[in-house]
Amino acid sequence: MSLLWILAIPLIGAAYLGLFGHREHAFIANAAFSLTTLAAAIVLTQRIIVHGPWLTHDAQFSVDPFNIFLVDLTAFVAMTTAIFSRAYMRIERYSGRVTAARLRLYHSMYQLFSFTMLLALLTNNIGILWVAMEGATLSTALLVSLYRTPASLEAAWKYFILCGVGIAFALFGTILLYFSAHSVIGPHNGLLWTRLNQIKGHLDPTIVSVAFVFLIVGYGTKVGLVPMHNWLPDAHAEGPTPISAILSGLLLNVALYAIVRFKVLADGSLHDNWPGALMMGFGLISLLVSAFSLSRQRDIKRLFSYSSIEHMGLATFAFGMGGPLASFAALLHMTVHSLTKSSLFFSSGHVAQKAGTQQIDQIHGLLERNPGMGWSLMLGSLAILGIPPFGVFTSEFLILTAAIHQEPWSLPFLILGLGVAFAAIFGKTQSMVFGASNVPKAPSPPSLIPSFIHLGLVLMLGLYIPPILASWYTHVAGMIHR
Amino acid sequence: MPLFAQAINMLAALFLLVAFAMLSQRRLANLINLYALQGLILGLSIGVVAYGTDQPKLYFSAGLNLILKVIAVPWLLRRLVRKLQVQWDRETILYIPTIMLLGLGLVIFAFNASLPLSELAGTINHNTLGIALASVLLSSLMMILRATAISQVIGFLALENGLIFAATSVTYGMPMVIELGIALDVIVGVFILGVFFFHIREQFDSLELNYLDRHED
Amino acid sequence: MNAREIPLQLTQFVLVVGAAPLLAGWIGQCRAWFANRSGAGLLQPYRVLRKLFHKSPVMAHEASLLFRIAPYILFGGMALAGAIVPMFSTGLPFAPVADAIALVGIFAFTRIFAALAAMDVGTAFGSMGARREMLVGFLAEPALLIVLFTPALISHSTSLTVIVMSLTAARLVLYPSMAFAAVAFTMVLLAENGRIPVDNPDTHLELTMIHGALDLEYSGRYLALIEWASAIKLLTYIAIGIALFVPWGIARSGHWAHFPLALAIFVVKVIAAGAGLALLETLLAKMRLFRIPEFLGTAFMLAVLGLLVHFLLGA
Repeated sequence: MSLLWILAIPLIGAAYLGLFGHREHAFIANAAFSLTTLAAAIVLTQRIIVHGPWLTHDAQFSVDPFNIFLVDLTAFVAMTTAIFSRAYMRIERYSGRVTAARLRLYHSMYQLFSFTMLLALLTNNIGILWVAMEGATLSTALLVSLYRTPASLEAAWKYFILCGVGIAFALFGTILLYFSAHSVIGPHNGLLWTRLNQIKGHLDPTIVSVAFVFLIVGYGTKVGLVPMHNWLPDAHAEGPTPISAILSGLLLNVALYAIVRFKVLADGSLHDNWPGALMMGFGLISLLVSAFSLSRQRDIKRLFSYSSIEHMGLATFAFGMGGPLASFAALLHMTVHSLTKSSLFFSSGHVAQKAGTQQIDQIHGLLERNPGMGWSLMLGSLAILGIPPFGVFTSEFLILTAAIHQEPWSLPFLILGLGVAFAAIFGKTQSMVFGASNVPKAPSPPSLIPSFIHLGLVLMLGLYIPPILASWYTHVAGMIHR
Repeated sequence: MPLFAQAINMLAALFLLVAFAMLSQRRLANLINLYALQGLILGLSIGVVAYGTDQPKLYFSAGLNLILKVIAVPWLLRRLVRKLQVQWDRETILYIPTIMLLGLGLVIFAFNASLPLSELAGTINHNTLGIALASVLLSSLMMILRATAISQVIGFLALENGLIFAATSVTYGMPMVIELGIALDVIVGVFILGVFFFHIREQFDSLELNYLDRHED
Repeated sequence: MNAREIPLQLTQFVLVVGAAPLLAGWIGQCRAWFANRSGAGLLQPYRVLRKLFHKSPVMAHEASLLFRIAPYILFGGMALAGAIVPMFSTGLPFAPVADAIALVGIFAFTRIFAALAAMDVGTAFGSMGARREMLVGFLAEPALLIVLFTPALISHSTSLTVIVMSLTAARLVLYPSMAFAAVAFTMVLLAENGRIPVDNPDTHLELTMIHGALDLEYSGRYLALIEWASAIKLLTYIAIGIALFVPWGIARSGHWAHFPLALAIFVVKVIAAGAGLALLETLLAKMRLFRIPEFLGTAFMLAVLGLLVHFLLGA
């Protein structure tokens, strides 16, 4: 039952907030719905810890260590973002940047978006996975254009069209995969991932290889892999900041999750490292291109969205390498990146709100008058750059270690990418945080608790990974490993 | 070859022909008519497959496609065009014969890529996979080359037609739940786009996306 | 060669040459009807020809021998082409002389003479017309060849009679590739015969015309021959179209009894095609000259697409 609750709560929330999302209590209600979803997720996690993987409702839903940790992460980040959104959107509302109707839309779509993410994670049916991902595009397209400025409309349009084409390619890949299963087991259950996983050795390699290309291009568009990444910085920069946080923290992860699921199937069918090589290629190009784009960014939110492309590229590369160590590192990286990046968006959202601009060169000396904001931005940047003892350091270190053993040729590229990204982000953050202040002191204390909670968790993951999480990671890494 | 299998091939060829016509058509009203025509061909060919293989489920899918793509979506689009008072796409980015040659190249690629795949399908209409893939690629090309928002959307919808056609040709369509999900996505998507158009219009006084190119990197 | 079929061949030759102006008259009449005019009647082209034959031709002083013989070559070439296309019987003794490719060659040959003759006198309009005619021909010929290749691939022969026989041999078979070829062929037909939207056969505006500019210097019987030749060309093209895309009803070699019926069927098809052509011309608007490459490029592309579809679907 807890499984259906996870899906039902956000859906009820979307309906409720669709009606009352403009009222004063809606800010709290939004957070409350997300909190309840998290509670349901914890109940489900409890069950999985006790009973192990669970296939339920006619095998339409499957919960295993791979998706349960992502469900928890998704529900958690959605919850903290909702808390952040309460403070942030209230200021937006009272400053008049959003009207009552748009606030209602925002709250309703926020819950709908969490619903589609959780559905995409929990479903065992690759067709439903596709529908959920498309639903995620539709629900967030309206959120990106919430301010209705020319730039935000352009961003939303780009987002819609690029992700639309991408997701269409993913559908073609899904159709081909269904077709390959169709010739083995007939028309029934050919879309169930668990069933496909059982028969993956019998799937026709030609079809599967073509299907995988379409799937990686399709879902890769949503991950933000270069060269399909064009929508990502615009959508992150122009939408409301809580949306930037959940796009980076949730959507990219879930899309990458889909690719990895398909990689497991493709590996089983192909017996060569073609899917892995493809992922490594996409990952490495994304890492390098975004690292070199970072230094040219003048907008704080665009800066961090390019950094998202960089880190998703790194995770994709690690999954592509395969092997227990690399997969373990990639999973950890997904987790810590999600937490750190949403924390960074929380701080940069407040910074932009207080400074009245997103331009980096117009923001100076945050520490002087707004020490909370300054520290959270600085620590978040240090964490995302992989400074020990934060969790990002651990995961990047593990990825580099795995690369030395498995793909030594890639090491110079990885180090080059990470180094360039370090220089760019560090330089830009430093100028914002230190120096003489030009940002007025915040009239009311900003909501920085979610930001620090995230950073605390990232710090914890850098020092100590809870055994249950480690065992999940190991289990998943074993499953992904061919 | 039985007659209905020939009819499927014939419809597939017409499907491709319409995809090409859309690529070169600049008048929006004609573009919408072509889209409706493509939907009609799609619905008919699913119907013929249903008849040829005796699968009642497919009649349902054919009906769904006909209602959605011949009546509902074209109606919405025509209304949009009328309200927004746009009639013509601007000149396309490339010279039309160049576009045609590009399209031809894509068709050759698609046919080549799909030959080994369609051999493996046991369906009576497996040959048409190449045509489906070709029209998917042609629609993507159309989306890239068009400057007006509505043409891009029509390209997107045509792309989806190609996908359904592909599903029909290799596996007699996807399970019903998925088809419904796809149909829902299409209709919601068109609605959202309608909302978009009005806002874009308000902000830019034009539906030409070249004005929207502010961010370069 | 079957000697008994020579009368058949002669009948077709006489009919094509004799009845070609009638087709032109029919199309003109249909266009008049579609435009709500009463029209000049079916026999108008004959009256024009008679008038022209009675006038004494006027020649430019600089005109060479080429200018004088070109109309005869044009007429002769078209009459030959008309003789070898299977129209109502496949038993044509002359047909093996030329296959589909040679037929395209005959058209190209006459075109070169028409262009050379137009440039011969050295007037500006003649040269301009020649240039435009060569442009159209240069784009239309490859398209026509590819159109012919599709049925040639289906029936494994480039000979028109073999193609017609193999297409009529089976019961109704739908060839998707032929649908593409048919559309492309129609476009080529419009361009090659100087019809709207490529050229306007009735125009007197020198700046827009193609065909009119070619024979601007001709008069009297020379002009009559050229007009007649272009009427034959149109009939031949329509006959090729009928042979490739709706060949059913044609009499097979040796079946004398079928002959009258086949002739009647052919006449009905030509009447329908003429009316269709007139309708098409009424609905379309003349294109600007620089759009012609676009138009013929599309025809070429459709023809290639037909070939590709043939390879994909095997039909």
